[in-house]
Amino acid sequence: MSLDPLRTICEDPLERKWVWLSLIMAFVMGGLLGFYALSSNIHPPSNVETIDSSRLHLSEEFAEDNLGVKRNDDGSLTVTLVAARYGFYPPRIEVPVDTPVTFRIASADVLHGVHVPFTNMATMIVPGYISEVTTTFPRTGEFSLLCNEYCGLGHDSMWSRLVVVPESAGGESS
Amino acid sequence: MNQSDAAGLSLASMWVGFIAFVVAALLGLYQVIERIDLIPGLKSPELYFGSVSTHGVLMAFVLTTFLVMGYGYYTATTSLKQDLWNKPLAWFGFWLAVVGVLLAAGPLLTGNASVLYTFYPPLQAHPAFYIGATLLVVGSWVWCLEMVMMMTTWKKANPGETVPLAMYGTTANAILWFITSLGVASEVLFQLIPWSLGLIDTVDVGLARTLFSWTLHAIVYFWLFPAYIALYTLLPRAAGGRLFSDQMGRLAFIMLLVFSVPIGFHHLYMDPFQAGGWKFLHMTGTFMVAVPTLITGFTIIASLEIAGRLRGGKGLFGWIGALPWGNPMVLAAILAILMLSFGGFGGMINASYAMNTMVHNTQWVTGHFHLIFGGTTVIMYFAIAYTLWPKMTGKQLHSNALALRQLWLWFIGMLILTLPWHQLGLAGQPRRISSTPYDESFVNAWLPAESAMIVGGAILFLSAVMLVYNLYRTHGNTQAEASLTVEYAEPLHAVQRMPHLMNSFAFWVLLVVVYMVASYGYPIAQFFLMDTYGTVPWSI
Ligand code: HEM
Ligand SMILES: [Cu+2]
Ligand SMILES: [Cu+2]
Repeated sequence: MSLDPLRTICEDPLERKWVWLSLIMAFVMGGLLGFYALSSNIHPPSNVETIDSSRLHLSEEFAEDNLGVKRNDDGSLTVTLVAARYGFYPPRIEVPVDTPVTFRIASADVLHGVHVPFTNMATMIVPGYISEVTTTFPRTGEFSLLCNEYCGLGHDSMWSRLVVVPESAGGESS
Repeated sequence: MNQSDAAGLSLASMWVGFIAFVVAALLGLYQVIERIDLIPGLKSPELYFGSVSTHGVLMAFVLTTFLVMGYGYYTATTSLKQDLWNKPLAWFGFWLAVVGVLLAAGPLLTGNASVLYTFYPPLQAHPAFYIGATLLVVGSWVWCLEMVMMMTTWKKANPGETVPLAMYGTTANAILWFITSLGVASEVLFQLIPWSLGLIDTVDVGLARTLFSWTLHAIVYFWLFPAYIALYTLLPRAAGGRLFSDQMGRLAFIMLLVFSVPIGFHHLYMDPFQAGGWKFLHMTGTFMVAVPTLITGFTIIASLEIAGRLRGGKGLFGWIGALPWGNPMVLAAILAILMLSFGGFGGMINASYAMNTMVHNTQWVTGHFHLIFGGTTVIMYFAIAYTLWPKMTGKQLHSNALALRQLWLWFIGMLILTLPWHQLGLAGQPRRISSTPYDESFVNAWLPAESAMIVGGAILFLSAVMLVYNLYRTHGNTQAEASLTVEYAEPLHAVQRMPHLMNSFAFWVLLVVVYMVASYGYPIAQFFLMDTYGTVPWSI
């Protein structure tokens, strides 16, 4: 007598072994990735916060004068950006290396995405919602913020500059 | 002679699909040439995005839906040996879908629907685009109803008997598609159509994207299903052997039905407006859908081994050489499995939500789905056509040799197109761009891969033309096909008594509904519970 619950549906023992193996493989792969994500606290950007995209200029946080890099009391940085066809504003930002940076981004029009190639700074930017993503840049140099979601005929040319500078230089935007 | 009642409808349906396919393949070739910045005279974002939108819609919605419907009608009538349930209604569904495609073609071809095949709001297309897409979906619902009714009436007429595997899979796909399409259908009916007609001013983009994600993942399985059904029920016979196991096939179909719909959030990993916990839940579910594919891989390779050994193949790998490589179904299946193994590896990376960050919305993604979908799935569509055309027309295939060459070219072209495409993604190229006005360091690094893709695109277009030519010439062949009966594979172990659960769907449908409520209930409800801001329309 076998206790294998699959017995009722498959007669062939080889077949049952394979089904078990497939299940175990899926659980191990899913489990490993899940464990890794939970234990090192890696989560995709998942901020749930609404904003009226047609009135960003009236909001305190995303008003033109308040955009850019700000240092918080705990030494971390907050970068406030607006994505609008076809650019990220302010168009050039400077952040120090090895410092936690939190980007808060709102769209003024349509759907956009942002990705800084060769880093894990990426998020979608959805009108009506505020995107938030925190990362640390481990290397200095000039990087590009590329729009990576189709946002209209000028989508290709939607990009701006991110400069990661040595720690002492601080951060700024222009 | 014993012609299926559905032969005419199936042929008409598959022809619509393949005509859409050649047109789209030509657009694909134009796209890979335009994208590279070497030919300045060709630059035009208007044309490019109009083309990508049309190419995406034709490949992802038209080719697939019409092929699934045509193959489904044919499978139902031949495996159940029964006439169509309500033939006029089936034809009505077909014409509804055709009218839908023609309606959507207007704005697509005139640049008034360059919103890509995902039509994410708040970019707005002409209302005819959304209405056309809706008619296509409603036409496909008629097909879903036909499939369910045919299985039900057959079971009534044959109490206690086991529904043939091919029909069991087809019905699973019909149910899967109906449930899957409800997400995008509600987005289009309640949000996009009223909004594009000016009846409402704004749409909630977060809600729209959540509803779309409900459809966007499982639709891939709707496309893939015919390939799996052919692998289980047509391939073993074509290879000269038997199906390793009938129950494994059923198990795989059931798992696809149950696990593929409630995991759509991996299309929202990078979005705000859905909390991390929901994404995590959907991620773990995503790994479960790997199981039916692993099962299928095993069963199909085991069935091929049986065939190879029956044909005198010896040794650990000797059976591979002994397979009838000159049979289009066998060749396509082998090439499909090869492309699936390359692609499966990439898929694991996309599904992991930590690693996904690096490749999200880069050309890696487009490379990946061209390999899995354009490669694995579509090559099996070709194999289905080569197998069924002679049965449906009563004429022998115009040229078997041409068919084999066409399949090899598709395989080679796909590899040349998609391997560099993945590399472009890793080198940082965003998807959906018509030109590259970026830093020189990027642009120079991208050039070799982009050039290789042109070669791949040209080979694929040639292959697409060869397919259509061969099928077209088959209609005029004077050589009659000897037997018009489709021969479905016999399982190695004859089916003794099929457990009730593996011969019906009611329980599984209930399970999907419960699972859907658990995984999508709150994420959708939240938009009605919190204060959200709608977004006004924007033109491209
Ligand atoms: C004939 C060879 C083909 C070539 C050269 C080709 C090329 C392309 C190119 C260059 C894009 C634009 C990618 C981007 O910038 O994001 C694209 C998009 C697309 N392709 Fe193909 N393709 C081919 C065949 C196929 C096949 C067989 C399918 C599926 C059946 C397919 C489905 C799609 C879809 C759905 C899109 C839309 C992607 C989007 O909107 O992001 N293609 N293709
Ligand atoms: Cu953008
Ligand atoms: Cu963009």
